[in-house]
Amino acid sequence: MTRRLVQCFSRINGPQTLGRGLGFWIPFAFVLLLAFAFPMFSDDYTTGNVAYFFTWLFMAAGLCLMWGYGGTLSFGQTAFFGIGGYTYGVLTINFGADNGMTLYALAASIIFGAIMAGLLGYFLFYGRINGVFLGIVTLAVSILLERFMAQTAGPQWHIGEARLNGFNGMNGMPALTIPWPGGDIVLLAGLGFYYVVLCLLLFVYFGIRILVNSRFGNVLVAIRENPLRAEMLGYDVRKFQLGAFVIGSALASLSGVLYTCWGQYITPSSMSLTSAALPIVWVAIGGRSDITASLVGALLTLIVFQTLTVNGAQYALIIMGVLLLVNVLTAPEGLVLQLFRVRLKIRRRN
Amino acid sequence: MSLLQTVKLNKSFGGLHVTDDVNLTIETGEIHCLIGPNGAGKSTLFRLLLGEYAPSSGNILYQGEEITRLKPFQRVQRGISVKFQVPGIFKGLTVRQNLEIALQSRLKSKELQEEAQRLRAFLQLDGSAEERAGNLSHGQQQWLEIGMAMSLKPRLLLLDEPTAGMSPEETHMTGEMIMELNKSGISVLAVEHDMDFVRQVAHRVTVLHFGKIFAQGTIDEIMASEEVAQIYLGEPAYA
Repeated sequence: MTRRLVQCFSRINGPQTLGRGLGFWIPFAFVLLLAFAFPMFSDDYTTGNVAYFFTWLFMAAGLCLMWGYGGTLSFGQTAFFGIGGYTYGVLTINFGADNGMTLYALAASIIFGAIMAGLLGYFLFYGRINGVFLGIVTLAVSILLERFMAQTAGPQWHIGEARLNGFNGMNGMPALTIPWPGGDIVLLAGLGFYYVVLCLLLFVYFGIRILVNSRFGNVLVAIRENPLRAEMLGYDVRKFQLGAFVIGSALASLSGVLYTCWGQYITPSSMSLTSAALPIVWVAIGGRSDITASLVGALLTLIVFQTLTVNGAQYALIIMGVLLLVNVLTAPEGLVLQLFRVRLKIRRRN
Repeated sequence: MSLLQTVKLNKSFGGLHVTDDVNLTIETGEIHCLIGPNGAGKSTLFRLLLGEYAPSSGNILYQGEEITRLKPFQRVQRGISVKFQVPGIFKGLTVRQNLEIALQSRLKSKELQEEAQRLRAFLQLDGSAEERAGNLSHGQQQWLEIGMAMSLKPRLLLLDEPTAGMSPEETHMTGEMIMELNKSGISVLAVEHDMDFVRQVAHRVTVLHFGKIFAQGTIDEIMASEEVAQIYLGEPAYA
């Protein structure tokens, strides 16, 4: 048992992930320390804002797994983001927040997102729909969900007590609430929520590092490199692609739930064409084929995007587009990944 | 019982009959070469055996088991392995990773490392473990792919033009490699153009022409056949 655990953790440093030595882990520990200390020298608004950035990173991690490692480009991340958010809203509005209900709702929303992804993925992968067609179908699903939810404005559109509210979206759902002796802890978009999301993010980050360096991850990378050869090594390619798709989509659902908890609202525009494209921009800019590069890239891009939105209003999306073009032309593997590699080369030369 | 047998195998694309009632048998322990002029249907037959194409009619039996409707990965799991004409390797990964991914389906950590090292030595890729597979020479890429196919410990190895693009020296070395594999108990079916290679390795040869089996026999019998020379070489037989 202990040997298995040690073997499992040794995979954190496997060949599919950059950053294996002390040169990586010491700065990593420093950044982590900084992240944990951040609320101490920051106001509530900024802490909540950073927590908001973190909520999106799960979706980026999921896309990195399925696209960067598995070679499956999905535009459907925001569909599962929306499914997660709306499911959490419907469950918590109907059943309240007492007795840890919000935690059950969080788990149920992720599971529901994963089941939906399993169904969609089954027809896609077992129907041998790959490449650009998979992108088109997943984009269509996102837009379909957005259009559907946008027309649910009438009072007839409700699930139990929960009104879907059309384009204005659903609101009024309770924040994450942890049952505690002497009074429940309500994790509003501040300090508590920040730490919960940070811990979840760490858990997902290490989980993905272990996963991509496992046998499953090796096969996933093999499929990205050459699916026919992977099949001719006796692997059922469809099963592995479906597995990555379900995990990636479940992470998008987690993003959706956390976002909904953070703002206590969810709208159909979170599944729109623009929203569907953004995760691809975040992951591509960082470097899709490595989880660390993807997450760092996504976080930086989110910060830049928000700054642009606040200061430049309507030009933010155009600048993001230009950024993506520049990135693709100058560092097609991703800017952060490129920087990692340059640093590695310099160290080797020295 | 033959290791692999096709029974009245047919494949048509629209009105084009590419594989025509082919009854081919591969016996255990043999190196069988499939030759024929361009357009003879060799590649189609190869893909039918792999499971990439579904036959229009007919059956494929492997060790007596019907495998006609099995998916390619299911055929591989039963002991059929393949090497493609264009090197089917993972070019973005290192030589070590290529072999480890191939080996991980049947071996665990320590045995896997030992077997990977043994294979690298056999493939003369000992010094290239951390090299990206895409940076290897064409011949080395072909050998790496043979190594990956061998990693599965197959009973039958299907080779599609294993010496395509190789120098005469590399071709000869590949031939020796394949004969050594055969000695270890692996039967081989190779689609090949290079007659020197066929002469070097083949126990039996099948000639395909217009999708049909035109002739079968030892390499000497095939080379002595005037009809084969006419359709395949376009000239009278030579001794």
